[in-house]
Amino acid sequence: MSRPRQIHLAAHFPGVNSTTVWTDPTAGSQIDFSSFEHFAATAERGLFDYVFLAEGLRLREHKGRIHELDVLGRPNTLSILAAVAAITEHVGVVGTLNTTFNEPYELARELATLDHLSGGRAGWNAVTSSDAFHGANFRRGGYLDHADRYERAREFAALAKELWDSWPEGGVRADAATGVFLDDGVPARVRHEGPQFDVDALFDVPRSPQGRPVIVQAGDSADGRTFGAEHAEVIFSLHQEFEDARAFYDDVKGRLARYGREEDSLKILPAATFAIGDTDADARERAREIALQQVRPEVALTYVEQVWGRDLSGYDPDGPLPDVDPDTGSETARGWANRHAAVRARIAKLRELSETEGLSIRETVIRLTATPTFVGTPERIAAEIDRYVQERATDGFTVVGHLTPHGLDEFAERVVPLLQERGSYRRSYEEGATLRDLLGLPAPVAAPALAAR
Amino acid sequence: MTEQVHLAIALERAGWHPAAWREATARPHELTSARYWRDLLRTADDAGIALATIEDALALTDRFETVDGLRRDRVRGRLDAVLIASFVAPLTRRIGLVPTVTTAHPEPFHVATGIQTLDFASRGRAGVRLVAGASAAERANFGRRSSGVDAIPTSGRVEDSAEILAAFREAGEFADVLSRLWDSWQDDAIIRDAATSRFLDADRVHNIEFEGEFFSVTGASIVPRSPQGRPLLTVLAHQTVPYRLAAEHADLVFVTPHDAAERPGFELGGIRSELDTAADELRTDRERLRVFADLLVLIEDSESAARSAAQRLDEWDGAPLASDARIVVGTPGDVAAAVRELAAAGVDGVRLRPARQPADVVAIAEKVVPLLRSTGTLREDDGAGTLRARLDLARPESRYAREKVAL
Repeated sequence: MSRPRQIHLAAHFPGVNSTTVWTDPTAGSQIDFSSFEHFAATAERGLFDYVFLAEGLRLREHKGRIHELDVLGRPNTLSILAAVAAITEHVGVVGTLNTTFNEPYELARELATLDHLSGGRAGWNAVTSSDAFHGANFRRGGYLDHADRYERAREFAALAKELWDSWPEGGVRADAATGVFLDDGVPARVRHEGPQFDVDALFDVPRSPQGRPVIVQAGDSADGRTFGAEHAEVIFSLHQEFEDARAFYDDVKGRLARYGREEDSLKILPAATFAIGDTDADARERAREIALQQVRPEVALTYVEQVWGRDLSGYDPDGPLPDVDPDTGSETARGWANRHAAVRARIAKLRELSETEGLSIRETVIRLTATPTFVGTPERIAAEIDRYVQERATDGFTVVGHLTPHGLDEFAERVVPLLQERGSYRRSYEEGATLRDLLGLPAPVAAPALAAR
Repeated sequence: MTEQVHLAIALERAGWHPAAWREATARPHELTSARYWRDLLRTADDAGIALATIEDALALTDRFETVDGLRRDRVRGRLDAVLIASFVAPLTRRIGLVPTVTTAHPEPFHVATGIQTLDFASRGRAGVRLVAGASAAERANFGRRSSGVDAIPTSGRVEDSAEILAAFREAGEFADVLSRLWDSWQDDAIIRDAATSRFLDADRVHNIEFEGEFFSVTGASIVPRSPQGRPLLTVLAHQTVPYRLAAEHADLVFVTPHDAAERPGFELGGIRSELDTAADELRTDRERLRVFADLLVLIEDSESAARSAAQRLDEWDGAPLASDARIVVGTPGDVAAAVRELAAAGVDGVRLRPARQPADVVAIAEKVVPLLRSTGTLREDDGAGTLRARLDLARPESRYAREKVAL
């Protein structure tokens, strides 16, 4: 029998997520460095491929005030990843960084720096943003037309790759005897004129261990999937349910051939939450307790206010869904990532759930947002994860615990060994492996010979 | 009692002599490696040096150097300084980490949060050194600005260049935005009040609503208030306009005094009186500006060895070493004497720029520091936890907390 497909796991730091339960007595700081030390150590103990951090560009607001109910406040993505790289040896360091409120030269040099400092463990989750709410914190101020987001992202990624590739492997001559530090033509001059960027650059970071950081992508729109098929090496999706995940896998991987890419050159790692118990019944009970902590009555009401885009403070969280129409042009909930999602579709889904099962506001929100991807004994969860991967619904998962910073400890201790027993998960890190090696991704095409330019 | 000073070190790729990378002790193939920076910072940290600055620029070339006819006998390429500092933060114990940031292209919001994160990762040892303006090469790399700082005016005075003046105004706004963002969360903003279901108290987090000539930044920081409250803000200054920038916005200024005989008009006394004048006008309700004097040092055990090393480097480079800072080529005793002289003149600290890395960093740590310690010239480490505390600077209260009390 051939070796089973290998499972890839990423560890998402539980901080500013609606799934984070800060009310638990054991919950720790989302910002003190000791939390990152704990989290990174767990990720390495669990032999994860990488740790993953989301990005903040502005504090969320609700009804004109800074949002108070969920965890708020987090580190700068690049700085914290550099610090985490210092205290880890093997695990990748991957962060979300925006293409709208960064410039390619600067972000390319920061990511190349992270790849050097981590010895080839850097990755970049490239996201786009277009709204004026976030733009108000940045020089470019305004915002991009929604349709221009991916145009900028594509041009950004292409230019960043050119900058990374402008230094050949071993480009630093540093020959003390002759006094030549750099050969003629190194680095190659990058001239780029496009709708978004007009640069004439000499990149100032020599080629990093991976050549380029691993590129991760999360967009789910048609544009997002096209961008993913062209540029991404990992996709962080929200398609968790088995059939849905498999359909997404087929769709995205089916687009790869167009760009001359193989199935394994892109890994799909959907977000996953979990509740572990000694028996399946214990686990279900635990999932229920976690959900009640996540979706407190005030949180449930805030959620529907966010979806409806209007003040619904008069409604009872334990009563039925609001019977009013949404205000889709409203600024009530600013800074929510899903503001652009189809509001009416969301409401239809909430109503369907609520009506068919007679659920209250709170119970409906729990059902929609606080149902763990995996619930059960460690054995059941390991079997489920393995099934997704062996049957090509995913290549693995981006796992997030509900407690900061130790929410992944139990997963690493109880589920990972069972995945190893199944033969579909690594038993140790390979010495000197880059993040791309851990993910089983092909090396990027080496920088073109300078003579060819 | 001897006047006492803090010792700082300025780290720059292979060192401050352009030919330093050719020395036998140099590590020119490792300048972008984790190990190189970890070793340098640990050496300085173990020696008890109060803070290290790390140079940076957003271009392959130096500030007033053109891309055409690029000299290929000098070190090219580097790592981002904020990320070097963040990386070494968990690997060092006491040393202040002060990366360089230019103010023409980076976003003040990203810089503010990056330095706050450095403050968390170092447990209160973060600072930043701001550099105004953008070189022609930096502008070409970004393609965002058509004018900038291409040369110092022939008069040598910043006042005579509208563009450089604008760059300094921009740097001032940049500093202002940083410090407002650093204050935007009150220390007690996170309440974790399960009874009311509130994680934080929105009345204690403040959108800064900054509108200036160069930036507008609306929101609060995404990072809660960091261990030092405001990380240490520093600038290097050589004349009136930058002295005024320092007096208005910085906690600490690096200056480059010379002997009257060596470079008339650049004596420490004159610099201090200019800084005092600027501070009288611009520095209200703030702690005294700390003044550190820079020295570029090349150290060997004997004077003749030091002179011949300097000569060897100058020959490789094709010209005698030139620097804005006073250059001391000599023994550890010569460097210690120069530091004592500055201490006697009343500076708060001395920043040493090693001509060669790692050789002169090691010489500073192993030879100069013990000499200074034996004569009681070094401010002794009292075990203070944060960089501010080590420099006897108070932890500032958030201005927004104070405003609220005033209401």
